[in-house]
Amino acid sequence: MPATIVEPGKAPFQKVDIDTISLDIIENALRNARTEMDATLFRTAMSPGIREQGDAFPLIADRDGKMIVGQFGSFIGGFLEGYDGEIEDGDVIWLSDPYACDGAVSHNNDWLIIRPIFRAGRLVAWSSMFGHQTDIGGKVPGSMPTDATSIFEEGIRIPPIKLYKKDVLQEDILKLVLHQVRMPEWCRADLHAIVASCRVAEKRIHEICERFGDDVFASATDELLARNKRAMHQLFTTAVGEKPVSFEDYVCDDGRGYGPFKMKCTMWREGDVVILDFDGTDPQAAGSINFFLNENMLKMFFGIYMIMVFDPQVMFNDGFYDLVDVRIPERSLLKPEFPAALSCRTHGLGRLFDVLGALLGQGQPEFLNAAGFSSSPHLMFSGFWAGSNDWFQLFQIGFGGIPGRPFGDGPDGHSLWPGFTNVPNEFLERYFPLVITEYSSIPDSGGAGQNRGGNGILMTYRFTNAGTIAVHDDRWFIPPWGVNGGEPGARSTKLLRRADGSRTVLPAKCDNISVEAGDELDYITWGGGGWGDPLARDPELVALEVRRGLVSKDGARDKYGVVLAGKAVDTGATEALRAKMRKNRPEPSIFNFGPGMNTLRQNALTETGLAAPTPPRW
Amino acid sequence: MAFRLGVDVGGTFTDLLLINEQTGETWRDKVPSTPSDPSIAVVAGTEAICKTAGIKPADIGQFLHGTTVATNAVLEGKGARAGLLVTKGYRQVLQVARSLVPGGLAAWITWPKPEPLAALECTVEIPERLAADGSVITPLDEAGARAAIEALKDEGIEALTICLINSYVNGEHERRVAAIAREVFPDLPISLSHEILPEMQEYERALTTVANSVVRPVMARYIANLRGKLRSLGMAGRINLLRSDGGLMGSEKAEDAPVNLLMSGPAGGVTGALWVARHSGHKNILTLDVGGTSTDVALIEHGEARLRRETSVGHLTVRTSSLDVKTVGAGGGSIAHVPELTGALRVGPESAGADPGPAAYGKGGTEPTVTDAHVVLGNLPEDLLGGSFKLDVAAARQAVQRIADALSVTLEEAAQGIIDIANENMYGALRLVSVQQGYDPRDFALMGFGGAGSLHSNAVAQLMGSYPVIVPTSPGVLCATGDATTQMRYEHARSFNRMVPDTSDAEIADWLSDMAETVMRELEDEGVPRAQQTVTFEAGVRYAGQGFEVDLPITEDQFTGGGIAGLTKAFDVEHERLFTFNLDVTHEIVNLRAVALGQGAEMPAATLEAGTGDPSAAKVRDHRMWVAGVEHDAVIYDRAKLKAGDTVTGPAVVTEMDSTAVILPGHAGVVDAVGNIIIDRV
Repeated sequence: MPATIVEPGKAPFQKVDIDTISLDIIENALRNARTEMDATLFRTAMSPGIREQGDAFPLIADRDGKMIVGQFGSFIGGFLEGYDGEIEDGDVIWLSDPYACDGAVSHNNDWLIIRPIFRAGRLVAWSSMFGHQTDIGGKVPGSMPTDATSIFEEGIRIPPIKLYKKDVLQEDILKLVLHQVRMPEWCRADLHAIVASCRVAEKRIHEICERFGDDVFASATDELLARNKRAMHQLFTTAVGEKPVSFEDYVCDDGRGYGPFKMKCTMWREGDVVILDFDGTDPQAAGSINFFLNENMLKMFFGIYMIMVFDPQVMFNDGFYDLVDVRIPERSLLKPEFPAALSCRTHGLGRLFDVLGALLGQGQPEFLNAAGFSSSPHLMFSGFWAGSNDWFQLFQIGFGGIPGRPFGDGPDGHSLWPGFTNVPNEFLERYFPLVITEYSSIPDSGGAGQNRGGNGILMTYRFTNAGTIAVHDDRWFIPPWGVNGGEPGARSTKLLRRADGSRTVLPAKCDNISVEAGDELDYITWGGGGWGDPLARDPELVALEVRRGLVSKDGARDKYGVVLAGKAVDTGATEALRAKMRKNRPEPSIFNFGPGMNTLRQNALTETGLAAPTPPRW
Repeated sequence: MAFRLGVDVGGTFTDLLLINEQTGETWRDKVPSTPSDPSIAVVAGTEAICKTAGIKPADIGQFLHGTTVATNAVLEGKGARAGLLVTKGYRQVLQVARSLVPGGLAAWITWPKPEPLAALECTVEIPERLAADGSVITPLDEAGARAAIEALKDEGIEALTICLINSYVNGEHERRVAAIAREVFPDLPISLSHEILPEMQEYERALTTVANSVVRPVMARYIANLRGKLRSLGMAGRINLLRSDGGLMGSEKAEDAPVNLLMSGPAGGVTGALWVARHSGHKNILTLDVGGTSTDVALIEHGEARLRRETSVGHLTVRTSSLDVKTVGAGGGSIAHVPELTGALRVGPESAGADPGPAAYGKGGTEPTVTDAHVVLGNLPEDLLGGSFKLDVAAARQAVQRIADALSVTLEEAAQGIIDIANENMYGALRLVSVQQGYDPRDFALMGFGGAGSLHSNAVAQLMGSYPVIVPTSPGVLCATGDATTQMRYEHARSFNRMVPDTSDAEIADWLSDMAETVMRELEDEGVPRAQQTVTFEAGVRYAGQGFEVDLPITEDQFTGGGIAGLTKAFDVEHERLFTFNLDVTHEIVNLRAVALGQGAEMPAATLEAGTGDPSAAKVRDHRMWVAGVEHDAVIYDRAKLKAGDTVTGPAVVTEMDSTAVILPGHAGVVDAVGNIIIDRV
């Protein structure tokens, strides 16, 4: 039963003709309101995951719940479908259970706030934001158990409930929830910060409506959606063919020793509509890597990728949703059945972006980027300060290499996620018991190419207090692929070096690893795939990158065919070596996936220090 | 020694304002800028204005100067090749930066990979390590440090930067490394991060310190050269430079820390506008400083300009305070063009600059510029600079005709299109400082200045709804007015990072008194006696765990008792006001800041003789002007002959020595008691 919206002042909005300048002003005003939402959040939230790293997503939607500005598209429709209560002026809705909102958020850690905005008894808009909570209780610190087999192991699940009724905070509910978590101060501050951000947007919407009139605002949001639909229609018909194209890629393992898990998508166009069909994607996993993918969110991902690849000038909103049809098989990795575990879905989300990029570029390799979304790698470190009962808990997001691009080299150690930043190491050292002894990108880890893939990062943590750590990462087994002659990027790895001299390669997904003061962890992320023929890269640039420590001397010779004499290029030797390499290599294909699954399996232990995952059975 | 000289170097003109501090009498002048060596114009202008005023350069007690030399070095990538010494393990601190890719989802696909401000091949690691509390984890290996520094000998570096991890707590290792570096590179300027920016966050501190290194040689050369030339004229007074934050600093200190001068030029305009605000009765003002190549805008509320904790020049953002000025690449010299592909009319960002300048300047320029469009429309009469500069109308028309041909429109339509687009760009910049900061532009007056500000201010006010339009007296030398009338300023901030239960009123009082001593001594060194100084303090406070602090004013007296309690209460009130909620958690005092201010020059605004309201005595001649596609009868007035109370009805053009103002149809300008023209709708 869908939600009932209580609108005492219900009357249809009058359709008003709007000049393009007013329309632009309203769109910009909404964009600015969104920026203000971010600013309010970052200034008031507490967990480093949100306020330093930016793991939170704002949205402003029209009265029907369609996103006008935001990042990941609107999920308000899905929430309305699944909510059986009334929605009134003064409500603030709070939820976190992916199964209760059709995957609007995709694990319990994301707390979602939805604020309906009323004027004179009429619903005019929605503001909403979700943010990743560092801890929501459950069996492990961080609440994302890598070995979970059901969502009941993954911390508190919040169904859609009212955090505020008639703008009065429901203290008991908040108290109940915060009682379940390990970091109640952070959760309280972050939740208040998200609500405050939604209120800022509400204030701005009232200002816009007062300035232009409610009817003009309603007509303007309609027109903004229609304008986007027209632009996207144009883009789809020119850039997506009627002949189906397919691409498949893998999440390396499920945290329980099984893998890899295939994610497959086929794309074609029928008339005005683009179909994205995930038939061929593996069934859901027993572990927590399932990614409950909301169809509308996927439409938005697809739309934004289309825009960024082909025409970055187009402004995006939900207007084009009718033009995309998403088909996801039931009980698959992307549409798991309740109560499947979901907390570690970030690997699947990352892989989805690689798949989308490959699909779009396949028909037009000049627009094709290499692979580089491993995941959103996490490190958790928690424990009691030595000699005290005070708890500390760190949740930190790492970054790897951006893929080689038609546009140029992939940046080293940068974020593929929008708005994410690293945490300053001086901040970490000031507030947590650790020292970062090494923070640099790893030479040769970016896939070789005419445009090099970005290098992965080596971050060495020296713990100065006992505690436990958890690691969440992927791309340790199957490398990020290169394109158009570019080579794959290097894989990720995690090496724990104990104070007693022993060394352990940690699995890419693991919990509850005890560490002692003096132990060191090398947290190594993946490199981006390369783009284009490495032998076509300017030898002078290769030589410069050797001086910069981004490529090794051996890497320059073996991957780029550049021979150095001291710091300078030995031109004759380079030309000779390149000619020889060109002659001896096979004709390059569009994608370079590396040595292939069988070889990866055979060499896993020697190359990665970890046994290959067991193929999953269903 | 009773004279103050303000000199502002712009892209096209160098403006001068001389004040007799005893009588308040002023002289204004402008000379063409000399971009290849800006000091040539400064010296020529100084000699000229002294001659006009009948004084000798030796009579100038203070030389006050705003400059864009540092700005241009950054914008044009012509700064020094900077070396960077970092802690072992951190060579790529600028390469990895904050890992941020600006923009939304998938923005990485088209984001240009930036080059670090200090090249990676010029960055080396020093074996040492301090902990977050400043204690030593790994002692400095002096031999290892020397070897690392010597490895930079082949890289051709022109300045050196030292930024070691956690040095904001303890600068000892940086100082010792600097001593070694001075032996290896005795001639290079060396910037230390704990001196330039003693604050947490290694990337921001490194970047800001490297930015200092990058502009240091060029600024040092410029300042030394200028000082030498002024001294040889006999000018023995103090030479002070305008900082990005609108305060002044001595030229010797500016040589060491020029990163504080990155936005010196635009700050002059804002401080000048503040002076006008003090004397015109308008306290809420949007400023529109239109120069030859760019336009700077800012917002003044209640007679004060907004201060930011960072400074942005092009793509570079560093952690030094600046007045909140936004810049767009639209000015009088901006070139109009019609790309073949789209057929759309574009204006800028390419500029004809001062040389050759617009076609109308008759110096060989042939590209159609905004200035040429003004000439075509009749906004700019043929005589500039009081007749000393004659415009080439035929050349301007010929240049703009090329745009008209490309668009298949009339000459006047093309000219109007160029002006409309330039206005729209300026409007966009003004929105950034007003609407986007939560201010309604309709609550503000608009003040145009710079050479071309008053040509655009009336039209931009129409777009913004910002009235009245203020045409200040001598809008062309307003920046120089700002340079000449602002105060000496010295700011000192320190990371404090203490939870409230772990500190005390006494500890804070100690810090404040120490910091007060630091800033007062600095200003004293600059020749400002303590009796003439004002010191103010701020504390940055947040809830423990938050990432951003709220800056709150505090006083030294407050911490004789109940100071911290009062501070946390003030924080809660402000947090509630800003963000709608409070939290019941410990407060953290993040940093303390002390600012010492000297006294500004009291330059009274000269009152104007009252007129009858009828401006006809000031009429130069009848004129024709095109506005929005219609040709109007208009009148040209000579500003020097307008009297207080005179009302000039648009369409009209008001000319003076250094600037021209346009009053549009449907508007009228009234001359106020101190000579500003206040334009409003009729």
